Amino acid sequence: MPPVPMAHYVFLSAALFTIGVIGVLTRRNVIIILISIELMLNAVNINLVAFSNQLLSVNGQAFAIFVIVDAAAEAAVGLGILIALFRNKETVQADEINLMKW
Amino acid sequence: MQTVLPNAFFYILAGIILGGGVITITRRNAVHAAIWLVVTLLGVAGLYLHLNAEFLAAVQVLVYVGGITVLFLFVIMLVNLEKAAGERQSSGHWPLGITCAVLLLIELGYFIHKGEEAFYFSESFGGTLQPNTELVALALYRDYLLPFEIASLLLLVAMVGAVVLAKKDLK
Repeated sequence: MPPVPMAHYVFLSAALFTIGVIGVLTRRNVIIILISIELMLNAVNINLVAFSNQLLSVNGQAFAIFVIVDAAAEAAVGLGILIALFRNKETVQADEINLMKW
Repeated sequence: MQTVLPNAFFYILAGIILGGGVITITRRNAVHAAIWLVVTLLGVAGLYLHLNAEFLAAVQVLVYVGGITVLFLFVIMLVNLEKAAGERQSSGHWPLGITCAVLLLIELGYFIHKGEEAFYFSESFGGTLQPNTELVALALYRDYLLPFEIASLLLLVAMVGAVVLAKKDLK
Protein backbone atom coordinates (compact mmCIF):
# COMPACT_ATOMS: atom_id res chain seq x y z
CA MET A 1 0.00 0.00 0.00
CA PRO A 2 1.40 3.43 -0.82
CA PRO A 3 2.13 5.78 2.07
CA VAL A 4 -0.42 8.35 3.11
CA PRO A 5 -0.62 11.07 0.42
CA MET A 6 0.72 14.45 1.42
CA ALA A 7 -2.58 16.12 0.57
CA HIS A 8 -4.29 14.21 3.38
CA TYR A 9 -1.95 15.70 5.98
CA VAL A 10 -2.49 19.19 4.60
CA PHE A 11 -6.24 18.66 4.52
CA LEU A 12 -6.20 17.49 8.15
CA SER A 13 -4.37 20.69 9.02
CA ALA A 14 -6.90 22.77 7.08
CA ALA A 15 -9.85 20.99 8.71
CA LEU A 16 -8.49 21.48 12.23
CA PHE A 17 -7.83 25.13 11.40
CA THR A 18 -11.42 25.54 10.23
CA ILE A 19 -12.72 23.93 13.41
CA GLY A 20 -10.71 26.49 15.37
CA VAL A 21 -12.10 29.30 13.21
CA ILE A 22 -15.66 28.11 13.86
CA GLY A 23 -14.93 28.07 17.58
CA VAL A 24 -13.57 31.63 17.53
CA LEU A 25 -16.39 33.05 15.44
CA THR A 26 -19.30 31.24 17.04
CA ARG A 27 -18.80 31.04 20.79
CA ARG A 28 -19.46 33.74 23.37
CA ASN A 29 -17.31 32.40 26.17
CA VAL A 30 -13.86 33.97 25.98
CA ILE A 31 -12.18 30.85 27.37
CA ILE A 32 -13.59 28.71 24.56
CA ILE A 33 -12.36 31.34 22.09
CA LEU A 34 -8.84 31.06 23.55
CA ILE A 35 -9.04 27.25 23.36
CA SER A 36 -10.03 27.51 19.70
CA ILE A 37 -7.01 29.70 19.03
CA GLU A 38 -4.85 26.91 20.44
CA LEU A 39 -6.54 24.50 18.02
CA MET A 40 -5.60 26.77 15.11
CA LEU A 41 -1.97 26.90 16.21
CA ASN A 42 -1.87 23.11 16.44
CA ALA A 43 -3.23 22.87 12.91
CA VAL A 44 -0.32 24.97 11.65
CA ASN A 45 2.10 22.77 13.56
CA ILE A 46 0.70 19.63 11.95
CA ASN A 47 1.32 21.18 8.55
CA LEU A 48 4.91 22.11 9.41
CA VAL A 49 5.79 18.70 10.82
CA ALA A 50 4.18 16.84 7.91
CA PHE A 51 6.33 18.72 5.41
CA SER A 52 9.40 18.30 7.58
CA ASN A 53 8.80 14.56 7.46
CA GLN A 54 8.35 14.54 3.72
CA LEU A 55 11.40 16.67 2.92
CA LEU A 56 13.51 14.94 5.59
CA SER A 57 14.57 18.31 6.96
CA VAL A 58 14.50 19.18 10.63
CA ASN A 59 13.83 22.88 10.00
CA GLY A 60 10.09 22.33 10.03
CA GLN A 61 10.26 20.86 13.49
CA ALA A 62 12.41 23.76 14.76
CA PHE A 63 9.79 26.15 13.38
CA ALA A 64 7.07 24.12 15.10
CA ILE A 65 8.92 24.45 18.42
CA PHE A 66 8.89 28.20 18.00
CA VAL A 67 5.17 28.11 17.26
CA ILE A 68 4.63 26.17 20.50
CA VAL A 69 6.67 28.77 22.40
CA ASP A 70 4.52 31.52 20.88
CA ALA A 71 1.32 29.67 21.76
CA ALA A 72 2.41 29.32 25.38
CA ALA A 73 3.26 33.01 25.70
CA GLU A 74 0.00 34.03 24.05
CA ALA A 75 -2.09 31.73 26.23
CA ALA A 76 -0.49 33.15 29.36
CA VAL A 77 -1.06 36.77 28.37
CA GLY A 78 -4.57 36.06 27.06
CA LEU A 79 -5.59 34.41 30.30
CA GLY A 80 -4.07 37.29 32.27
CA ILE A 81 -6.24 39.67 30.25
CA LEU A 82 -9.23 37.44 30.95
CA ILE A 83 -8.61 37.54 34.69
CA ALA A 84 -8.25 41.32 34.66
CA LEU A 85 -11.43 41.59 32.59
CA PHE A 86 -13.39 39.32 34.89
CA ARG A 87 -12.22 41.29 37.89
CA ASN A 88 -13.64 44.49 36.43
CA LYS A 89 -16.74 43.37 34.66
CA GLU A 90 -17.70 40.05 36.29
CA THR A 91 -18.49 38.38 32.96
CA VAL A 92 -16.67 36.13 30.50
CA GLN A 93 -19.09 36.54 27.63
CA ALA A 94 -17.52 38.28 24.69
CA ASP A 95 -20.51 40.32 23.59
CA GLU A 96 -21.11 41.80 27.02
CA ILE A 97 -17.82 43.67 26.71
CA ASN A 98 -19.41 46.52 24.79
CA LEU A 99 -18.54 49.69 26.69
CA MET A 100 -16.87 51.23 23.66
CA LYS A 101 -19.58 50.27 21.22
CA TRP A 102 -21.47 53.14 19.77
CA MET B 1 1.39 -5.25 5.06
CA GLN B 2 4.29 -2.94 5.72
CA THR B 3 2.48 0.34 5.27
CA VAL B 4 -1.04 -0.70 6.22
CA LEU B 5 -0.53 -0.19 9.93
CA PRO B 6 1.14 3.26 9.73
CA ASN B 7 -1.57 4.37 7.32
CA ALA B 8 -4.25 3.09 9.66
CA PHE B 9 -2.63 4.97 12.53
CA PHE B 10 -2.78 8.20 10.57
CA TYR B 11 -6.50 7.86 9.89
CA ILE B 12 -7.27 6.84 13.47
CA LEU B 13 -5.28 9.79 14.83
CA ALA B 14 -6.91 12.13 12.31
CA GLY B 15 -10.31 10.94 13.53
CA ILE B 16 -9.33 11.52 17.15
CA ILE B 17 -7.97 14.99 16.38
CA LEU B 18 -10.93 16.19 14.32
CA GLY B 19 -13.54 14.57 16.55
CA GLY B 20 -11.88 15.95 19.66
CA GLY B 21 -11.73 19.38 18.04
CA VAL B 22 -15.40 19.40 17.17
CA ILE B 23 -16.38 18.24 20.64
CA THR B 24 -14.08 20.85 22.22
CA ILE B 25 -15.75 23.82 20.60
CA THR B 26 -19.27 22.61 21.28
CA ARG B 27 -19.10 22.04 25.03
CA ARG B 28 -21.22 24.16 27.33
CA ASN B 29 -18.99 23.60 30.34
CA ALA B 30 -15.54 25.16 29.99
CA VAL B 31 -13.85 22.43 32.02
CA HIS B 32 -15.22 19.81 29.61
CA ALA B 33 -13.88 21.85 26.71
CA ALA B 34 -10.42 21.95 28.32
CA ILE B 35 -10.47 18.17 28.87
CA TRP B 36 -11.44 17.51 25.27
CA LEU B 37 -8.67 19.90 24.24
CA VAL B 38 -6.29 17.57 26.11
CA VAL B 39 -7.63 14.65 24.04
CA THR B 40 -7.09 16.61 20.82
CA LEU B 41 -3.58 17.66 21.79
CA LEU B 42 -2.65 14.09 22.71
CA GLY B 43 -3.90 13.04 19.28
CA VAL B 44 -1.64 15.67 17.73
CA ALA B 45 1.29 14.34 19.79
CA GLY B 46 0.56 10.85 18.46
CA LEU B 47 0.56 12.30 14.96
CA TYR B 48 3.99 13.78 15.57
CA LEU B 49 5.22 10.34 16.59
CA HIS B 50 3.75 8.96 13.37
CA LEU B 51 5.68 11.65 11.47
CA ASN B 52 9.05 10.67 13.01
CA ALA B 53 9.18 13.78 15.20
CA GLU B 54 9.80 12.21 18.59
CA PHE B 55 11.25 15.25 20.32
CA LEU B 56 8.36 17.39 19.19
CA ALA B 57 5.87 14.81 20.43
CA ALA B 58 7.45 14.93 23.89
CA VAL B 59 7.54 18.75 23.82
CA GLN B 60 3.88 18.81 22.78
CA VAL B 61 2.83 16.63 25.71
CA LEU B 62 4.99 18.49 28.22
CA VAL B 63 4.29 22.07 27.15
CA TYR B 64 0.83 21.98 25.60
CA VAL B 65 -0.94 19.32 27.65
CA GLY B 66 1.06 19.72 30.82
CA GLY B 67 1.46 23.50 30.78
CA ILE B 68 -1.07 25.37 28.70
CA THR B 69 -4.07 23.18 29.47
CA VAL B 70 -3.27 23.24 33.19
CA LEU B 71 -3.07 27.03 32.92
CA PHE B 72 -6.51 27.06 31.30
CA LEU B 73 -7.92 24.89 34.07
CA PHE B 74 -6.48 27.14 36.76
CA VAL B 75 -8.02 30.22 35.17
CA ILE B 76 -11.36 28.43 34.75
CA MET B 77 -11.21 27.72 38.46
CA LEU B 78 -10.51 31.38 39.26
CA VAL B 79 -13.31 32.68 37.08
CA ASN B 80 -16.85 31.88 38.14
CA LEU B 81 -18.44 30.19 35.15
CA GLU B 82 -21.63 28.70 36.53
CA LYS B 83 -23.67 31.66 35.48
CA ALA B 84 -22.08 31.60 32.04
CA ALA B 85 -22.87 27.92 31.57
CA GLY B 86 -26.58 28.58 31.88
CA GLU B 87 -26.70 31.37 29.33
CA ARG B 88 -26.84 31.30 25.57
CA GLN B 89 -23.59 29.80 24.28
CA SER B 90 -23.42 30.85 20.67
CA SER B 91 -22.89 34.46 19.71
CA GLY B 92 -25.52 36.47 17.90
CA HIS B 93 -23.98 36.21 14.46
CA TRP B 94 -23.22 32.52 14.37
CA PRO B 95 -24.79 31.73 10.96
CA LEU B 96 -22.44 34.22 9.32
CA GLY B 97 -19.51 32.77 11.24
CA ILE B 98 -20.23 29.19 10.23
CA THR B 99 -20.83 30.24 6.63
CA CYS B 100 -17.46 31.99 6.43
CA ALA B 101 -15.67 29.05 8.03
CA VAL B 102 -17.29 26.50 5.72
CA LEU B 103 -16.40 28.69 2.73
CA LEU B 104 -12.83 28.77 4.01
CA LEU B 105 -12.75 24.99 4.29
CA ILE B 106 -14.20 24.52 0.80
CA GLU B 107 -11.68 26.94 -0.66
CA LEU B 108 -8.75 25.29 1.14
CA GLY B 109 -9.96 21.83 0.13
CA TYR B 110 -10.30 22.88 -3.49
CA PHE B 111 -6.80 24.29 -3.65
CA ILE B 112 -5.29 21.32 -1.85
CA HIS B 113 -6.99 19.00 -4.28
CA LYS B 114 -5.92 21.09 -7.24
CA GLY B 115 -2.27 21.20 -6.23
CA GLU B 116 -1.91 17.63 -5.05
CA GLU B 117 1.14 16.83 -7.17
CA ALA B 118 2.92 20.00 -6.09
CA PHE B 119 3.39 18.65 -2.59
CA TYR B 120 6.10 16.31 -3.81
CA PHE B 121 9.35 18.09 -4.54
CA SER B 122 11.57 16.68 -7.28
CA GLU B 123 14.92 17.60 -5.75
CA SER B 124 15.64 15.97 -2.42
CA PHE B 125 17.21 18.05 0.29
CA GLY B 126 19.41 15.12 1.21
CA GLY B 127 18.85 15.36 4.92
CA THR B 128 17.80 13.01 7.64
CA LEU B 129 15.53 13.10 10.63
CA GLN B 130 17.38 10.65 12.87
CA PRO B 131 18.67 10.96 15.58
CA ASN B 132 15.80 13.35 16.08
CA THR B 133 16.60 15.12 19.33
CA GLU B 134 20.21 15.68 18.37
CA LEU B 135 19.30 17.15 15.00
CA VAL B 136 16.64 19.41 16.47
CA ALA B 137 19.13 20.61 19.08
CA LEU B 138 21.71 21.30 16.37
CA ALA B 139 19.15 23.24 14.38
CA LEU B 140 18.03 25.28 17.37
CA TYR B 141 21.46 26.06 18.72
CA ARG B 142 23.35 26.56 15.47
CA ASP B 143 21.11 27.64 12.62
CA TYR B 144 18.35 29.31 14.61
CA LEU B 145 20.23 30.65 17.62
CA LEU B 146 18.94 34.21 17.26
CA PRO B 147 15.25 33.20 17.05
CA PHE B 148 15.89 30.94 20.05
CA GLU B 149 17.16 33.84 22.13
CA ILE B 150 14.33 36.05 20.95
CA ALA B 151 11.87 33.33 21.92
CA SER B 152 13.28 33.17 25.43
CA LEU B 153 12.97 36.96 25.65
CA LEU B 154 9.36 36.63 24.47
CA LEU B 155 8.65 34.12 27.23
CA LEU B 156 10.16 36.48 29.82
CA VAL B 157 8.03 39.37 28.59
CA ALA B 158 4.92 37.18 28.55
CA MET B 159 5.56 35.99 32.09
CA VAL B 160 6.05 39.51 33.43
CA GLY B 161 3.03 40.74 31.49
CA ALA B 162 0.77 37.96 32.76
CA VAL B 163 1.81 38.61 36.35
CA VAL B 164 1.21 42.34 35.99
CA LEU B 165 -2.19 41.77 34.35
CA ALA B 166 -3.44 39.31 36.91
CA LYS B 167 -2.09 41.05 39.99
CA LYS B 168 -4.54 42.43 42.48
CA ASP B 169 -4.09 46.07 43.32
CA LEU B 170 -2.94 46.37 46.89
CA LYS B 171 -4.68 49.49 48.10
